[in-house]
Amino acid sequence: MKKKLTKGSVMILSALHKEGVEIVFGFPGGAVLPLYDQLYDDPIKHLLVRHEQAAVHAADGYARVTGKPGVVFATSGPGATNLVTGIANAYMDSVPLVIITGQVPKSFIGTDAFQEADITGITIPVTKHNYLVKNIEELPEILSEAFYIASSGRRGPVLIDVPKDIFDQEAYFDYNCQCDIPGYKPTYKGHVGQVSRAVKAIRDARKPVIFGGGGLIRSEASAALCDLAETAQIPVILSLMGLGAYPGDKPLFLGMPGMHGSVTANYALTEADLIIATGVRFDDRVTGKIESFAKNAKIIHIDIDPAEIGKNVAIDIPIVGDVKLVLEELVRKLRPGDTADWLKQIYTWQEKYPMPLGACSDDKGLKPQFVIRELSRLSGKNTIVATDVGQHQMWSAQHFIVREPCTFLTSGGLGTMGYGFPAAIGAKLAAPDKKVICISGDGSFQMNIQELATAVHNDIDLTIAIINNKYLGMVRQWQDIFYDKRYSYTSMEGSPDFVRVAEAYGAKGLRAANNKEATDAIEQALNTKGPVLIDFIVAPEENVYPMVAPNHPINDIIIGGDQE
Amino acid sequence: MKHILAVLVENKPGALTRVSGLFSRRGFNIENIAVGETLTPGISRMTITVEGSETLIEQVMKQLHKLINVIRVSNLSAEPSVMRELMLIKVRAEVGNRSDIQQIVETFRGKVVDVSPNSMVIEITGNEEKMEAINLLLEHYGILEIVRTGKVALLRGSKITKEA
Repeated sequence: MKKKLTKGSVMILSALHKEGVEIVFGFPGGAVLPLYDQLYDDPIKHLLVRHEQAAVHAADGYARVTGKPGVVFATSGPGATNLVTGIANAYMDSVPLVIITGQVPKSFIGTDAFQEADITGITIPVTKHNYLVKNIEELPEILSEAFYIASSGRRGPVLIDVPKDIFDQEAYFDYNCQCDIPGYKPTYKGHVGQVSRAVKAIRDARKPVIFGGGGLIRSEASAALCDLAETAQIPVILSLMGLGAYPGDKPLFLGMPGMHGSVTANYALTEADLIIATGVRFDDRVTGKIESFAKNAKIIHIDIDPAEIGKNVAIDIPIVGDVKLVLEELVRKLRPGDTADWLKQIYTWQEKYPMPLGACSDDKGLKPQFVIRELSRLSGKNTIVATDVGQHQMWSAQHFIVREPCTFLTSGGLGTMGYGFPAAIGAKLAAPDKKVICISGDGSFQMNIQELATAVHNDIDLTIAIINNKYLGMVRQWQDIFYDKRYSYTSMEGSPDFVRVAEAYGAKGLRAANNKEATDAIEQALNTKGPVLIDFIVAPEENVYPMVAPNHPINDIIIGGDQE
Repeated sequence: MKHILAVLVENKPGALTRVSGLFSRRGFNIENIAVGETLTPGISRMTITVEGSETLIEQVMKQLHKLINVIRVSNLSAEPSVMRELMLIKVRAEVGNRSDIQQIVETFRGKVVDVSPNSMVIEITGNEEKMEAINLLLEHYGILEIVRTGKVALLRGSKITKEA
């Protein structure tokens, strides 16, 4: 067969087709024009955002829901640098992305040309890998490597920077999805000896807990996790990134641990004699003061990334491998366990320390916790939640019942305000049959408010719930507790009327300032097609509790607030 | 304790930046680094000296290994190995003290590689103690400038640091 010469831009779109990509998130510009010209006639869809950061977040939301890499196009210079926050966000939360940026033509590289930025240099620390394409012959291999690296092992973003002239150059195009990269051989199967040691440890444990994270979701390990928990009767604690990996309404679920975790989860980790850590990285928000973390426990740590094992906490039984495969192996070798005494202790804590429902008196305004609970109750199953960052994020993690994996999208590692709304748009495109709710704050929402145009123009059916307390609430909370109530620049006075902003963009806007209005607005929003924004005017000084002060032991908890 | 790591990397653009950047961003202290080609085309070997505890070195090695271009990382300090460094020293040398300097250089099995009316350049190979010792002796005459390659090391015996 005679091989045909193929243009760079055509190679990129062919690779996307071969990888099963259905939609690209992006924003065009000078250096990426040839690629956009090719895209004009291509069946691959493109979501035009209003700021490049939103393109990455939307692709990230899409990737978290589908498990497939999200794909982003942007131009050189400012287009590329605007992506950086989104890329860093995806890197911290191990989200698979393939980002293609245009670059100034090869002969201009290094001359400070118009819209030139060294985006491969800039993104080395925040990508799993990146490439600057130097000649057209290497483009096919780079494309297949990028997809392979992004979506295997510990997932992550990969960036390909393509000089403008490369898009128009031609070479032979042989695309092979099977890559062999000498320096990249992820371990999937757990070491047999280590798995046996883990089985023994689980059998011997009297007070075991499973502590799971985002790795469970990325490796689609929910079913295996449920089997393990239920067979051996082991309670489950999930990190913010892990929410949904185990159904939030089951009795063995103890909630989230750490700074704003449930009292029960923190007590259980502290008292446990065995922690089965799966797909977690022992973030400081979870461990609190590291020296006092889980002092009584033996720790089994299962993770695909060997560098996470022993990074923050000393591990007794390390198992490098795919969390799902390893959990399935454990389940095969385990017999039903009896942890009745331990569970009795746990249920006593649960009864004594339910999630606080808000301390502010009713005349201070709507309680944010009530809003989240109503959102959870009224949306029911088959709902995806994307949050922004701050108090509303923690209340969502505490009060929204997350039943399924890939339905709770949040910026866990980087804590990126502005993530939620574009991620929700990406999520809706990934799962058109699911209800999508973006829970945001009056601070966070303004970081990507321009995406209302994207949502309206593309008729994205979602609900935006703004928990509006007229503050950067979480920062204000810290000022309240640790800085003597000196609210230095945390007031959001001067914010626009969100209802009218929504209407100006052509979306529906609703406002709720009491319980009845809140319930009514949520019902109305969920039953309205297209983007609906609800501005919930909540008690301004409500704080998130329980709370563990930074670098305190996680059983040293400020319980705070009224209880259920 | 000091550890010497042998890092085999694919000779791709930016590989060195990725490795050195990793050290600064994770707060690892790099003492020195030497890079050169290996027998296999397209693969370079970096010899990196790092100071730190066992736990830290383990983390350094794992993080290095995560870089896609890094093929293999081994800790040569964990096994018997030979380590060498090359240093060039420019020392003040008047007619009266040249033979004294020459004698020191011979004792250290070094070489005089350049002579001018009032200076000499000396080439010396060895381990860290040897470098320090000759520096100390030559200081007396006035050291004008030195340059060092950084350490390189190989395992003793027939065992090799393989690519796969």
